[in-house]
Amino acid sequence: MYIIVVGAGKVGWNLARELLEKDHEVTLIENNRRRYLTVEQELEHNVSYGDASELWVLERAGVQRADMVIAVTGDDEDNMLICQVAKEKYLVNQIIARVNNPRNRQHFDLLGIKPSVSATDLILRLLEHEVPEYGLVHLLDLQEEQLEIIEMLLGSDSAVTGRRVGDLQMPEGSLLISVLRAGKGFVPTADTVLEEGDEVLAVLDPGKEDDLKTLFGPKSNGA
Amino acid sequence: MLREGHEVSCLDEDPESHARLEVGLEKSWEDLGGQFTVGAGLETEALVAAGIERADAFIASTDGDNTNIVIAQIAQKRYEVPTVIARVLDPLRAEWYQRQGLNTVCPTSVAIDMLETAVRKGGEAGPPDGAAEAA
Repeated sequence: MYIIVVGAGKVGWNLARELLEKDHEVTLIENNRRRYLTVEQELEHNVSYGDASELWVLERAGVQRADMVIAVTGDDEDNMLICQVAKEKYLVNQIIARVNNPRNRQHFDLLGIKPSVSATDLILRLLEHEVPEYGLVHLLDLQEEQLEIIEMLLGSDSAVTGRRVGDLQMPEGSLLISVLRAGKGFVPTADTVLEEGDEVLAVLDPGKEDDLKTLFGPKSNGA
Repeated sequence: MLREGHEVSCLDEDPESHARLEVGLEKSWEDLGGQFTVGAGLETEALVAAGIERADAFIASTDGDNTNIVIAQIAQKRYEVPTVIARVLDPLRAEWYQRQGLNTVCPTSVAIDMLETAVRKGGEAGPPDGAAEAA
């Protein structure tokens, strides 16, 4: 594949290096002269100097024949517009944009820049995954398909431990897809009995998290 | 535009910019019906505070092309402001975005035209208001 990476910071430089090792053709574009000269010592002709938000710079890098454009500069506006132009003007098949400020993600979505990657969001997800008191962990958002996959750890106080899957009144628009028990995963049947310490995965329509939390969470009085 | 009786709201990151608005005015910006909000154009809260939701026209004229193009598209697509204009210094992109349906004004092209005209006339007949010097 021919891949253009914009921004030779730590992310862009290492990404370009990895992609080259995987035998892709890569052009890395950097608009800071000093940074460009540093990176050029290692990546040589695979680095190009210029501001990729200017059309001629992208054209000089051969954007017309690029299979993928990845914008990972430290500036969200730059990343948005580089990807927008790559996709809409040069009809590049695949774009990936880095989101520096998670609050700007809505703007990426508005301009149709997908997928966008935010380190802050990724770390937050990881944090939620590592810190169990969050209860319910988002594993995957399938935005186009309008589905989410979540994980829940069943504590000793969970209302569903000891119950058959077939007896659970799963909220409409949700489905239990697997159970992780003692390091092994399996697809539950109606006869599977849930145990304390099980990690259950469910796929659901967006907005159903609270219903599931109520069902799988701690027993409330009288329930 | 304020003098013509329009309601004008300015959004700027720098609180000091307010003073610039009042240069040459007989009364304060607010007394004349103007509004001034401190904030960044990419912050939706700031845009809303500046009144974007009821604006008839929106002009993005910061000193950054990329910022202007992004904010103008937000005004157009999210807030559906009827008239949106972006200042874009880069003539190539000004032209392309114009063709994509985003109104752009390119001061570079305008200045080039003026300078060319001035050169052809031997430098004599610049625009009456001295805009050629300012450009």
